[in-house]
Amino acid sequence: MLEIRNLAKSFGGVKATNDVTLDFPDGSLTAVIGPNGAGKSTFFNLITGALKPDSGQVLLDGVDLAGRSPPEIVRHGIGRAFQVASIFKSLTVQETMLAAVSADQRTSAVLHKHFPLPETRDRAEHVMELLGLAGKRDRTAATLSHGDQKLLDIALALVLEPKVLLLDEPTAGMGPEERWRMIDKVRELWETQKITVVFIEHDMDIVFKIAPKIVVLCYGRILATGTPDEIRNNSAVIDAYLGTEHAGAAA
Amino acid sequence: MTELEAGRAETLASVRGGAAFQRYRDVLIAVIAFAVLASLPLFTGSKALLDFVIRCSAYGLFATSLNLLVGYTGLTSFGHGMFFGLGAYSFGLIMQKLGLPIPVAFVATLAITAVIAAVIGAICVRLKEIYFAFVTLAFQMLIHSTILSWASFTGGDQGLRGGIPRPAFLGINLANHVHLYIASCALLVLGLLAMRQIAQSPFGYTLRMIRDNAARASFLGIDVWRAKLTVFVLAALFASMGGMVMALFVSGAYPEFAYWTISGEGIFINMLGGVSTFLGPMVGTVLLLLLNDTVTRFTEYHGIVLGVVILFFALGLRKGLLDFVAEWFSHRRDAGEGR
Repeated sequence: MLEIRNLAKSFGGVKATNDVTLDFPDGSLTAVIGPNGAGKSTFFNLITGALKPDSGQVLLDGVDLAGRSPPEIVRHGIGRAFQVASIFKSLTVQETMLAAVSADQRTSAVLHKHFPLPETRDRAEHVMELLGLAGKRDRTAATLSHGDQKLLDIALALVLEPKVLLLDEPTAGMGPEERWRMIDKVRELWETQKITVVFIEHDMDIVFKIAPKIVVLCYGRILATGTPDEIRNNSAVIDAYLGTEHAGAAA
Repeated sequence: MTELEAGRAETLASVRGGAAFQRYRDVLIAVIAFAVLASLPLFTGSKALLDFVIRCSAYGLFATSLNLLVGYTGLTSFGHGMFFGLGAYSFGLIMQKLGLPIPVAFVATLAITAVIAAVIGAICVRLKEIYFAFVTLAFQMLIHSTILSWASFTGGDQGLRGGIPRPAFLGINLANHVHLYIASCALLVLGLLAMRQIAQSPFGYTLRMIRDNAARASFLGIDVWRAKLTVFVLAALFASMGGMVMALFVSGAYPEFAYWTISGEGIFINMLGGVSTFLGPMVGTVLLLLLNDTVTRFTEYHGIVLGVVILFFALGLRKGLLDFVAEWFSHRRDAGEGR
């Protein structure tokens, strides 16, 4: 279980994350929404070690990871994908996967053997199949389509076999159809891999359709948490974010 | 077994076979290259040609080691030449002052280089691009001025004079020109083979990941700082080897070996030959030394000629020679497959 306790981070006078306390039970799927500048990405950066929190705790199965380095946090089982696909542009899909497994198996500093190591193959193969990238294994990452680059980014996080997977806008920059394909993939991964998934999303139709639980952030604070129905009818959320028109349409 | 699984097993087997094949291929190429180079004295009595190959060995080791930093890791060092100079001076001083057997002096020099590179690297590899480049340059200047000002130990601006003693060991007499030539070729081939192994190891792929996207690499659990420091020290060792070959060749060590222009030539060679292929720097070395030798024979303004050549590669081709050739081949292959 991932428990966030009183997490806070300020940039100058701006409280980007302000006393956030949240629980993500094992195997849950949660959407994080909020207007631009609500602190969603900062929240992810604090959990994954990209930023050090000013105060608060990030407990994964009772171990406090707040303020530790990204490699340490990854090794404890929190993986992430990025808003802008963060990949290795000169490596092929297969090399990327194999090298990531090597990193996870702590053989990334091995000098005397040839890459790839035999024991990295099965996991790399499995995740490539899972995300439908197996047919593009020999493509250089830079030549992949935008959607495939996002998938590769997620594959990189997933191949480490994390307990918690944080996806920062998996559908960013995609057309409507591609969005649904991506989000179906995310949902499928969540269902088959039995991991905790937290994702940031702007498209309300997607959020309300697939997320059993929603967290609304606003100015670094939690505005509301709940099921899609609870969020849809929450007056504070409607005022701050959804607007009356959407609420009217939903009602 | 489903069709998918069968196909998968096939690709797995081919990947497995590929890695083993690649390793044997590299060793085979190395053996052939060494055999060809080593048999050269049988066919030619040209001392100039053998000298040329020895110089290529020294510079080739140095330039290829620089490519481990520049091409594979994305660390552009402007001070890599300090380890070339360090190798030449350490080796020369050990031989002159202590008179140890050559293999012992060789290993001792590598040990000294490793320690110094670890200290300098620990300071430098934390820095980002341009700062890394300039701080490595600063260390180079520091080592150069130390050599100049510590005249009682290093001979100052005169360098290590009086020759480096080259006692015979295991039947190898490096005072003999042909022996020295064969030993240089052996060091070059072994050094290249070792660097090739580094480049093709899991660690080599870690370096590529750091070059492409260091932040992402750290989110895969890779300790980026440690990996950069490791490759910094490894590259220094091979540069130091190059320096030792040079010291043996000229039977001395001079402050120019540790001057920043050596680092500049290393970068120059990498730009000429290209950094996207393993042998690019080796091709660049041969090109630069050929250019140097021919142009200096015709004009004293060789700097201008070399400058024009580098501008042609940097602005015209926008890549090194071997990059260009490799791309041409892959275009042709793609076109062939398309048909």
